Amino acid sequence: MMLGLTAGRFGTRFLGRRVMALVTPSSATMASHGHGHADVSEIADMSKPMYCDRMDTPLPDRAYKDELNAADKTLKEKEKGPWNQLTKEEKIALYRLMFRKTYPEMKQKTDEWKTVMGGIFIFLGLTGLLVWWQSIYVYPAQPRTFDSEWQAKQIQRMLDMRVNPVEGLASKWDYEKGQWK
Amino acid sequence: MSLPKPVMRGLLGRRLRFHLPIAFALSIVAAAAFKYTVTEPRKQAYADFYKQYDAVKEFNAMREAGIFESVRPSGE
Repeated sequence: MMLGLTAGRFGTRFLGRRVMALVTPSSATMASHGHGHADVSEIADMSKPMYCDRMDTPLPDRAYKDELNAADKTLKEKEKGPWNQLTKEEKIALYRLMFRKTYPEMKQKTDEWKTVMGGIFIFLGLTGLLVWWQSIYVYPAQPRTFDSEWQAKQIQRMLDMRVNPVEGLASKWDYEKGQWK
Repeated sequence: MSLPKPVMRGLLGRRLRFHLPIAFALSIVAAAAFKYTVTEPRKQAYADFYKQYDAVKEFNAMREAGIFESVRPSGE
């Protein structure tokens, strides 16, 4: 849901909205409200119906602009009459009162994936460093069964026992010549 | 302004008519491929192994290698 709220908002900027929200001190900065700009520092009332630009929600709980000026109010009055009397610009203005983005605008690709992949690789790298340090300073001594002499004797014993002689280990050993096939 | 009305019904049926034959065909192909690349060669491998298998000879070889506890190599 958070991603739905952030989709397309700072789409082309490198830092996604999520990262901005981690850095800013205010709490519920995710929601949008009546204004056309994105206020990072204003807190929205999440107990009231909210507007959202989501591809799976064609009709959000609320119109985009609910604080209409006089020109918008007269347009809304005209909307109550027959619609073929509305000009094309008026129809578009009414749409923009109801919705912030059109579907093509919503579908516009962003660069968010670069941030995501970058974050993934950074944390993978840090984890790798941590694992490396661990393998040197934390791991106990290796069991003797890991020594190469022990492993050689182990395989010799498995060959002596004819382990998997049809398709497996012992089938790959040539018993007459004493070498791998 | 007037777009053609999109298809509203029979969508699942259309999808199934298209995908089910493909699904069945691919499953049968997968089963056949597994049969002829895995099970038949494996059956042949077992048949070939046991054609020339001498159990007593193998037992004596294992005994000499010293892996048994109930019977030690003939030298001891």
